Amino acid sequence: MAKGIRDKVAIIGMGCSRFGERWDAGPDDLMLEAFQECLHDAGIQKSDIQAGWMGVFFDEQSVGKSALPLSMALRLPNIPVTRVENLCATGTEALRGAVYAVAAGACDIAIAMGVEKLKDTGFGGLPERTKGTFEDLWLPQNTAPGGFAQLGAAYAARTRTDMADLKRAMAHISVKSHANGALNPKAHLRNPITEQQVLDARMVAYPLGLFDCAGVSDGAACAIVTTPEIARSLGKHNPVTVKALQLAPSNGVELAHGSWDGSYTLTTRIAAKRAYEEAGIRDPRAELSLIEVHDCFSVTELVVMEDLRLSPEGGAVRDVMDGFFDRDGKIPCQIDGGLKCFGHPIGATGLRMVYEIYLQLQGRAGERQLPDPRFGLTHNLGGLPNRNITSVAIIGRLGD
Amino acid sequence: MTHSPIGIIGFGAYIPRLRLSRKAMAAALDWLDPNLAAHGKGERAVANWDEDSLTMAVEAARDLLAARALSPDRLVFASTTLPFQDRSNAGLIIDALGLAETTRPADATGSLRAATSALLSALEQTCTTLLTAADRRLARPGSVQDFTYGHGAAAVTVGSGPGVIAEFLGGHSIFRDLVDHYRAEGEDADYVLEERWARDEGYLKIVPAAVKGALAQAGISADQVDHFILPGTMAKIQATLAGKLGLRADSVVDPLAASVGDTGAAHALLMLADILGRTQPGRLILLVGYGQGADAIVLRTTPALSDFIPATGVAGWLSRRQAENNYLKHMSFSGMVNIHFGMRAEHDKRTAHTVAYRKRDMVNGLTGGRCTACGCVQFPRTRACVNPACGAIDTQEPLRLADEAASVKTFTEDWLGFTPCPPLAYGNVQFANGANVMMEFTDIQAGQLAVGLPVRMVFRLKDDDEKRGFRRYFWKATPQGEG
Repeated sequence: MAKGIRDKVAIIGMGCSRFGERWDAGPDDLMLEAFQECLHDAGIQKSDIQAGWMGVFFDEQSVGKSALPLSMALRLPNIPVTRVENLCATGTEALRGAVYAVAAGACDIAIAMGVEKLKDTGFGGLPERTKGTFEDLWLPQNTAPGGFAQLGAAYAARTRTDMADLKRAMAHISVKSHANGALNPKAHLRNPITEQQVLDARMVAYPLGLFDCAGVSDGAACAIVTTPEIARSLGKHNPVTVKALQLAPSNGVELAHGSWDGSYTLTTRIAAKRAYEEAGIRDPRAELSLIEVHDCFSVTELVVMEDLRLSPEGGAVRDVMDGFFDRDGKIPCQIDGGLKCFGHPIGATGLRMVYEIYLQLQGRAGERQLPDPRFGLTHNLGGLPNRNITSVAIIGRLGD
Repeated sequence: MTHSPIGIIGFGAYIPRLRLSRKAMAAALDWLDPNLAAHGKGERAVANWDEDSLTMAVEAARDLLAARALSPDRLVFASTTLPFQDRSNAGLIIDALGLAETTRPADATGSLRAATSALLSALEQTCTTLLTAADRRLARPGSVQDFTYGHGAAAVTVGSGPGVIAEFLGGHSIFRDLVDHYRAEGEDADYVLEERWARDEGYLKIVPAAVKGALAQAGISADQVDHFILPGTMAKIQATLAGKLGLRADSVVDPLAASVGDTGAAHALLMLADILGRTQPGRLILLVGYGQGADAIVLRTTPALSDFIPATGVAGWLSRRQAENNYLKHMSFSGMVNIHFGMRAEHDKRTAHTVAYRKRDMVNGLTGGRCTACGCVQFPRTRACVNPACGAIDTQEPLRLADEAASVKTFTEDWLGFTPCPPLAYGNVQFANGANVMMEFTDIQAGQLAVGLPVRMVFRLKDDDEKRGFRRYFWKATPQGEG
């Protein structure tokens, strides 16, 4: 039986560019911005890095295929670089590559970089893409909001929640994230909003209005990882470590098997269960200090609270309205603004989430610092509710 | 010696749900020609953006096949608006209906009487023919034709034996190259000549010649005819011809001008389907198709008529209607105005034809798979069973989902995604047999979609690849019953 990744790898440096409509910057600029912060934080030389993983989703649209964009942007000394892509779990997948390489002993120090340059399309929203030669023949040419919007009515039907109550809980989620984003100097959206604004906004995809949707942003985030021993030798006495790193892609059950009712995300349930086991967490609602979940849309954040076993089945609306996930609640969610307001440069998002947990665990989160956090969870959900990839990471300190 | 009659053994129809108010059309065109108000009465059937002659022909055929399953030897598709000039349109209908590969397809076109000529040919043969006819003729905004045309389809099956509901008694054809209108290759709308000439030299001289020949072959006199079917939207043309031919005034069948409009090549069969749905056994029908000549066909209904009821039928389709008052929307659907749909409409819809070929039964016929090991029904059909408790390899047998009961599991109305008629509605559809398919919804009203809403499958246009002149089709879900 595998022992898992818990405490085998330390994060010794992280960096994150400012997210937003970065008309001033290309993907190489964004990667360098994140890298400079990360390298300085780690306190090592570029030449100490032995391997790299780069995550980018819309390759043709923004950055380009292969290892070259990272290797060339950072002028890396011809070290091996692997380009990975796993929908919205791409950033976490890059981290997974670097972490596993260090854990395997194949290298001592590795870098994971996630980047996305979305605002070079000329239109709002995410770029268009093909789903595959067969899928294009039958699947609807849906948008991301339309894909996730379907959770709304299905969740309301299953839990017998009135749509008006669901919409209010969704609005509460967006209001909370805007309030958090306002305190984050790197966030894309820093304007507080009201519940009424959310409810009055124009419809994007029923039941999602404009303020139920995350920002489409440019950005990059990166991490440098090594063994706990090397971390200590670099002066990081109680380093931040990876407690769990799990990935669960759909296998077609939600898409083609009638057992799924459309109201939850099956892969989140699977990835979360594995991650809690790997990290040794028995009661996530009691043990997690903060979470960064994939709030591409307000309704997604709401339903995954149950999938992550943080809210009881059918209890997410109540928890949200009770402020359980607010900044002053029991488990603050999206303390940095989340996808909603920090922004969602797809390839960077998973690493951006880990960046926030990393800062919070070290007491370096500035105005938005939480008191004494111990375990943070990050969650990505790429694709659509019926065809997706979930990643879950749990981050803590070596001593915990 | 037993008499084994040849004749019609089934009938069906399809009328699209949108009915455009002619009053609204005339109001929109008042600036152009106030006299168009004379045409501003009643409504015309208008295809949704995702319907063309082929999809409507499929629906008409399903209307009769749902009433009585059949494996025809031939499938003929009659239309003057075939989507493809070089690709078997009838063949695609065979796939959409899930008929056997040995069914011989034929496209019949080139004239408004393409369907009646094909019917006459079928009646003169011994094999079983499914004839489905449809037209989605375009007309320029402001033309009289845009008021008088309608979109629709009808189908009949022809065969022999005790199942014959309308026995073939005789027929006659006249060809005469009278060009009262035409549409040349590459043109989107008809060029139409003066109506008085078309009536006096055309209808009033050519139709009688065909009718007399058919009555003589059938051995009946004109006054015996119970139902006189002749398409055409000229004022009183049917009554005038009835008088001229000695047909009883009460035999004239309503050409559905006020409720549907003239559906082109489909119209004679649409009127026939209308009559067969409400007449009695033992009645004589005179069916005429007109266009560069005329076909006349005499039929007599049999006692078997009462055993055949199409799934929806003309009356059913007429009552399944949604009033439409927006002429601009109709013009956009017809491609007569170039509406701005934004950059998302630029998405490339290139088809990988190698893939479309490999998966043709799934895409054309909505054929999924049923695992013979665990019974799980799934779409698409794959080599490995999707049931997490099974996963068996190479156990799936084809199972068509197009006619199976289903309901809405999830849905959205998406105002961001591109569609010629926003919002783009789609969601997961749960089939009663256990399958789940994410698909588009069509022919819905705002606020109509709900979890658990019963839906039926319809074959529709999925994407129009204007760059390469290709259109691809797939199945969509539409609310059952009254639209």
